[in-house]
Amino acid sequence: MLWLIPALPFFSALILIVGGRSLSKAAVSVIACGSMGLAAAITLVLGWQFLQGGENAVAQHLWSWIQSGGFNAGIDLRLDALSLAFVFVITFVGFLIHVYSTGYMAEDADFSRFFACMNLFVGAMLMLVLADNLLLLYFGWEGVGLCSYLLIGFWYKDPANGYAARKAFIVTRVGDTAMAIALFMLFQHTGSLQIQTILSGAPELWSTGNETVVLIAFLLLGGAVGKSAQLPLQTWLPDAMAGPTPVSALIHAATMVTAGVYLIARTHVLFALAPTAQTAVAIVGAITLLLAGCSALVQTDIKRVLAYSTISQIGYMFLALGVGAWSAAIFHFVTHAFFKALLFMGAGAVIVAMHHEQDMFKMGGLRKQLPAVFWVFLIGSASLSAIPFITSGFYSKDQIVWLAWSSAQGHSAYWVIAIAGAFLTAMYTFRMVFLTFYGEPRGHHHPHTPGNSMMIPLYILAACSTLAGFVELPHTMGHFTLFSDFLQPVLPAVHLVQESAALEWTSQLLAAGLTFLGIYIAWVWVIKKPDGMLRFSQMPFMQWLRAYWFTGWAFDAAYNELFVHPFVRTARMNRKDIVDRIYTTLARIMQWCHDMLARTQSGLLRWYIMGVVIGAVLILSVLIWRVYV
Amino acid sequence: MVLLYIILIPMLGALLSWLLAARKAALGRWVALLSLLAGLVLVTGIWITHAGNEGSFNQWLYNWQQPWIPHFGISLHLAMDGLSLVMLALTFFLGALSVLVSWKEIKFRTGFFHFNLLFVIAGIAGVFLTMDLFLFYFFWEVMLIPMYFLIGIWGHERREYAAYKFFLFTQAGGLLMLLAILGLYFVHGANTGVYTFDYFALLNTPMERALAQWLMLGFLVAFVVKLPAVPFHTWLPDAHTEAPTAGSVVLAGLLLKTGAYGILRFVLPLFPEAAHDFAPWAMLLGVAGILYGGQLAYSQPDLKRLIAYTSVSHMGFVLLGAFAFNEVAYQGVVMQMITHGISTGALFMLAGVLYERIHTRELGRMGGLWPTLPAMGTVTMVFVMASLGLPGLGNFIAEFLILLGSWQANKVMTILATVGLVVATIYSLRIMQRVFFGHTERQYALPDLRPREWAMLLPLVAVILWLGIYPSPVLKTVTNDQLRMSNEANNQKPMRTDSSFVMRTSITTDSLIIPN
Repeated sequence: MLWLIPALPFFSALILIVGGRSLSKAAVSVIACGSMGLAAAITLVLGWQFLQGGENAVAQHLWSWIQSGGFNAGIDLRLDALSLAFVFVITFVGFLIHVYSTGYMAEDADFSRFFACMNLFVGAMLMLVLADNLLLLYFGWEGVGLCSYLLIGFWYKDPANGYAARKAFIVTRVGDTAMAIALFMLFQHTGSLQIQTILSGAPELWSTGNETVVLIAFLLLGGAVGKSAQLPLQTWLPDAMAGPTPVSALIHAATMVTAGVYLIARTHVLFALAPTAQTAVAIVGAITLLLAGCSALVQTDIKRVLAYSTISQIGYMFLALGVGAWSAAIFHFVTHAFFKALLFMGAGAVIVAMHHEQDMFKMGGLRKQLPAVFWVFLIGSASLSAIPFITSGFYSKDQIVWLAWSSAQGHSAYWVIAIAGAFLTAMYTFRMVFLTFYGEPRGHHHPHTPGNSMMIPLYILAACSTLAGFVELPHTMGHFTLFSDFLQPVLPAVHLVQESAALEWTSQLLAAGLTFLGIYIAWVWVIKKPDGMLRFSQMPFMQWLRAYWFTGWAFDAAYNELFVHPFVRTARMNRKDIVDRIYTTLARIMQWCHDMLARTQSGLLRWYIMGVVIGAVLILSVLIWRVYV
Repeated sequence: MVLLYIILIPMLGALLSWLLAARKAALGRWVALLSLLAGLVLVTGIWITHAGNEGSFNQWLYNWQQPWIPHFGISLHLAMDGLSLVMLALTFFLGALSVLVSWKEIKFRTGFFHFNLLFVIAGIAGVFLTMDLFLFYFFWEVMLIPMYFLIGIWGHERREYAAYKFFLFTQAGGLLMLLAILGLYFVHGANTGVYTFDYFALLNTPMERALAQWLMLGFLVAFVVKLPAVPFHTWLPDAHTEAPTAGSVVLAGLLLKTGAYGILRFVLPLFPEAAHDFAPWAMLLGVAGILYGGQLAYSQPDLKRLIAYTSVSHMGFVLLGAFAFNEVAYQGVVMQMITHGISTGALFMLAGVLYERIHTRELGRMGGLWPTLPAMGTVTMVFVMASLGLPGLGNFIAEFLILLGSWQANKVMTILATVGLVVATIYSLRIMQRVFFGHTERQYALPDLRPREWAMLLPLVAVILWLGIYPSPVLKTVTNDQLRMSNEANNQKPMRTDSSFVMRTSITTDSLIIPN
């Protein structure tokens, strides 16, 4: 039955690709959402059986994919606790987003194309997390990349969207190249791409810190940072917001961008053997969460705030992976999927209500006009900023903040960054809330609350964003570890060096305090004294800093200068292919010789006689020279 | 005898369709189509018959020999193994489709057109079956001249220039091969007393290393010109661009593969040591082709020219894999020959189908066609994705196996070639953007795909998907080919088992197999 989970969305996508144009919108909705709902239901059933069964994994071999030489890869699926967590989020959140999309995209002419791509995406994403070998994982990995490309460029008429789509595909492909090389190396050394074979064989094959395994881990990290939009390949994600908002919710927040987290967690044995690479994971995460948090602070487009926020939150997950807090990373993935999907879809509801206006400075005062949207958005924002006790974000993020310091691979610097990030998060989140929902209306539109198909998924996600946190409580609050126990067979527990409850309390209180401080500053900034803030932000240095952060620390400009322009420029210069010049020159020389020789055939008798005479003189001279010299 | 029929069917079809087209053009088309379909049925029949028996592809399936000019050791020697078999299946498949694609496009001298088209196919079939070097050279030339006519008569604006260029390049390469064949003939004769052009006899001819290197280069130049590899590729964009659609399909899908086939069948087995010495340089040429061809493809303003340069890029993988000397890469190369034939053939067909509608190949004058031609856009998307190596489509299997294999042989080259996947993404996505996406002011009233066009594109979509999801039938057919070839040669000449090609191959493959 396992195969049905990815097969259902694939099948539905196939129907929609082949016959979508002749189906009514209602039929398309039923097929697309129905397949997702079924997949989610099967996941629940299988998940229940899995929890009851007590086995560590359920595997299913479908057919042999590639057999060549000593290389062997099958279409093999494997469900264990880690994949179950991902499959659950993908099908469940995916189903809600599909339902929401039937409302969001209702007016769109390309309704069936949208759902075909969405279903295809879900199928590929499920293959990614269910794959039992790295090649099949790579299949899903590239498949979600394709769907991301198709959906970012969904409104293809605007060339800017096409550019964003290609940028996403190409930048992630750079990471994929690194990952492909990691696969070559793994096969060379272990003779297999079966994940379980590699994980069980690696500790015997390599000692900790062995150069080969460090290199492999770094290459895998390269793939992960591409897909998960971490430094230095993060630049594609803010532009990816060109796609329809449900796409941003599903692909660029809840599921696909966390594929890198999944990859690292899945191959955690290799990272544990390669401490240098694992430290790199933590550093990448720490820097990314800080940089993206700063950028989120100055955006004007509501979706771009959320995009930078996603980069920043995945940075937290990477930080957790880097300090060996494997299950904390996955826990944050789950809660983040709920509240970020909620925020994106809430933003989508706002955008639709404002007739496709995304600039927060043209919104304002929506609290009264869209009360339902306001409340769910507030719940999502509270979770994102980790308001203590009542939000899931608090439980998942606080765990990471604490473990960044207290785990065996932790460091106080990580903790400082993580807590600074929490402050930034609260600030940019509530700046967004205040700008959008408070103050005087700045737009000229007459917003209206969206229909049930869009609101009901939001209510469900709002509930999840609150409740999902209670499956894992910190030491200081009852030490309830349902989620990490569930992942225990796959992901080892974190090693703690600091086990002081007092310190943990301090950390939690500090984080909570900074969160509220952040909210307060946002309130002062936007509501209380916008004029004072305006004057402050118009200082030359602040303006420069703002512009710098606004463009995402000018990474795009640097990459354009370093890679894009040289490639395009040389390509343009060499359009006519310099190599061909060699042959055309050869041909021209031949032509020239021909012309010269042809000119001698002038038909003038005196030239011919002269030629004969010169020839005779030359021959005679040579003869005489031969004889006498 | 069945092998002879495979060559004779298209030849007779060629003559018949020429004769009948004089009476009625449609008649000639039908004869051409049916004779190629007959060939396809015959080859597929052979494949299915032998697929049932385990291990049957580890030996020669058919062998047929008749003396031709016994005085010089020349015979009509045809033989078929798994490699020939899959290449022939591809030949007749794409051949039949290229008749379909010309159905409306070729409007004058249709009889002579089909005569040439089928004669090229016959020549290619001959090349894939011949085990006599003299006969091989004969078929090599048989492919060339009708192709010259196809480009020169039915091509686009600069057809004559392109036809000459094509002819001169391949002919120059072919002459070097002729010299090398004669050289091998005389060396073998002088050393063993037996003067023969027979392939099996010439395997493991004892000769000096330096001489072997020169002879190998003679063969290799002919094949890499055909392949083509940088810097011998410049005939290709002109020929592909100016040829009629069927010509482009046959050129990209089949003629280029004869170069790849020649390397696998002749260069590596005949000169194992020399080839091994040359391997780093050959791989370098391959990588240069992948990257340089990719960048050129990106910069082209002409759709057919863009697709043509992608061939340079993809054929670089063939060179890389062929000189990696292990089975994984070898199977990848064969897969690449097939999948590139399918995907690039399909892209040329789509370019042709598009040209029939908007009468331009210039990307600058396209754009925004998706709403008008959604079905064509979807099909194009499939092949664009195939071209950039998306898993699930055949080309991925090919390129992944090649890279996986070549990694064992040369790490630096493999890394550079993997970067080629990024370049492939860049140029492939440009096709979709410039043709189908974006906005257009012009109001097109263009018909989407017609039944005949569906009939030629759907099989291609089906095959590329099949090869991506379940490539085992092909991989099983070409399995151990190389090993068997060299083993057989070793059995014939037991005195030379030291450091020969087979030894290296088995060593490298053995080292891959770690039981798990």
